Amino acid sequence: MILEAFQNNTFINLSYILASVLFIFGLKMLSSPDTAQRGNFVSSLGMLLAVVVTLLSKEIVSFQFILIGLIGGGAVGAIAAIRIKMTSMPELVALLNGFGGASSLLVASAELFALTTSNLVAMIAIGIATIIGGVTFSGSLIAFGKLSEIMPGKPYLFIGQKILTGLVILLLLLLLFQFCSGIFFAEILFGFDWINPQYALILLIALSLLLGILLAIPIGGADMPVIIALLNSYSGLAACAAGFVIGNNVLIVAGSLVGASGLILTNIMCKAMNRSLLNVLFGGFGATDSSSSSGEGKVQGDVKPINIADSYLILEAASSVLIVPGYGMAVSQAQHSVRELGELLQDNGCEVKYAIHPVAGRMPGHMNVLLAEANVSYDVLVEPQDVNPIMDTIDVCIVIGANDVVNPDAREDESSPIYGMPVIEVDRAKTVFVLKRSMASGFAGIENSLFFKQNTRMLFGDAKESVSGLVSEFKS
Amino acid sequence: MEMMLLLFVLVLSIFLGFELINKVPSTLHTPLMSGANAISGITLVGAILSSGGDSSSITIVLGTIAVFLASLNVVGGYLVTNRMLRMFKKK
Repeated sequence: MILEAFQNNTFINLSYILASVLFIFGLKMLSSPDTAQRGNFVSSLGMLLAVVVTLLSKEIVSFQFILIGLIGGGAVGAIAAIRIKMTSMPELVALLNGFGGASSLLVASAELFALTTSNLVAMIAIGIATIIGGVTFSGSLIAFGKLSEIMPGKPYLFIGQKILTGLVILLLLLLLFQFCSGIFFAEILFGFDWINPQYALILLIALSLLLGILLAIPIGGADMPVIIALLNSYSGLAACAAGFVIGNNVLIVAGSLVGASGLILTNIMCKAMNRSLLNVLFGGFGATDSSSSSGEGKVQGDVKPINIADSYLILEAASSVLIVPGYGMAVSQAQHSVRELGELLQDNGCEVKYAIHPVAGRMPGHMNVLLAEANVSYDVLVEPQDVNPIMDTIDVCIVIGANDVVNPDAREDESSPIYGMPVIEVDRAKTVFVLKRSMASGFAGIENSLFFKQNTRMLFGDAKESVSGLVSEFKS
Repeated sequence: MEMMLLLFVLVLSIFLGFELINKVPSTLHTPLMSGANAISGITLVGAILSSGGDSSSITIVLGTIAVFLASLNVVGGYLVTNRMLRMFKKK
């Protein structure tokens, strides 16, 4: 009796509405630091509710496979989430995006085989969910491969790449039209006679996977934050399309919320680089270092190295220090030493802030996560637009493994490929320390005139060792 | 008609999404992304219906793989977001 009341469709749909409301509140709370953790919990309650009422549904006749999937997937997910190192966070996020996309693709495919009558709306939804899900899956796997350095991180370009990508998109659209309408162009043109939707689906999956690969391989490491945010958006849109396949509102609401938030992040990342999304996707930025030649004539002066003892003397006398971390800090895992240095400077009566560029690192917010892990309070983290106006008052800027985001050419050299990109204007501070392994150029393959400025001192070596060296100078 | 209702919901939710999250401090970019990613695992609902429904074995197989991947996404996404957010502190 009671069970029947819960199996009632009205009850299930009301629960889905409640779950959607929990997602909305959860996401809202996630966008403010004080409420974010509760927000994540609220949204997870929404998920739990949606899953539980679905399990109660009358349509479910057997639980054994569901339980295998739920327990198996849940366990793997939990282990990954607990074990993962904070420095590997971009890889995990990329992988999870991909699994979300793959799941939506599979839901759409499963539904095609369950379809009894031909239904135009369902076919359109299945086709679109398959395409978005497939692109998300293979694109995320490539992003994962590049981030975890299984694959080379440099952009991979070949002749005719854009033409091939365009061709694949065109073929996908034709195939989608054929899939939905049953009208097969090849049949009209060449007299082929195979319009079985299942074959068309397999072709559709194969082409979407190919498109995902083609879209992700030209993306270089420095552009990774954009592509990760974009794939995040896609994973939401795929869920949304799957919602149309099974005619379920909660999937549509949750999916489009994620799609919108991913697009907002993508847009923030593009603006931070002063580039359009199309330029990021097809620009192949940093594929060659020929671009460096454009700036070469303007780079003048000598590089002035400095040792740890001398840097200590300057830092010891400084009353304001700005730390600018970049991907190099993540690579050498220097965040804990950096925090220690920051605290020692503060004890010395110095004001310490951390300036974080939105695209520093390999995913949106990468540096913030690492500094949070090292226990740096989030209210000393500042954004470029807040710190640039007061840059002249800062005694020392310590650039740790950041390169393109502090390149003065973005303001000064109109021929530079990054001209116009909003950067952290560290060269305006009284002294700049650049912690760097060698003189190699950054990911974009562009010379950095910062290294040759009058007030710049290069502290060569592994970032972690250099910072630890400074820490022990302060302690002695 | 049902299609129109679904479209209606889609359009409104997209606008809601843009309004909801248009200003995010960069501190929260990663947790917002991974938290949103966990929400996109809602496709689990569809996967459960395919996996446990009264249908052909191929639907059940595809559905079960989908359940596995979606639960991985959901559980992994929420836990890792929580782990990150626990570290964000103001001192």
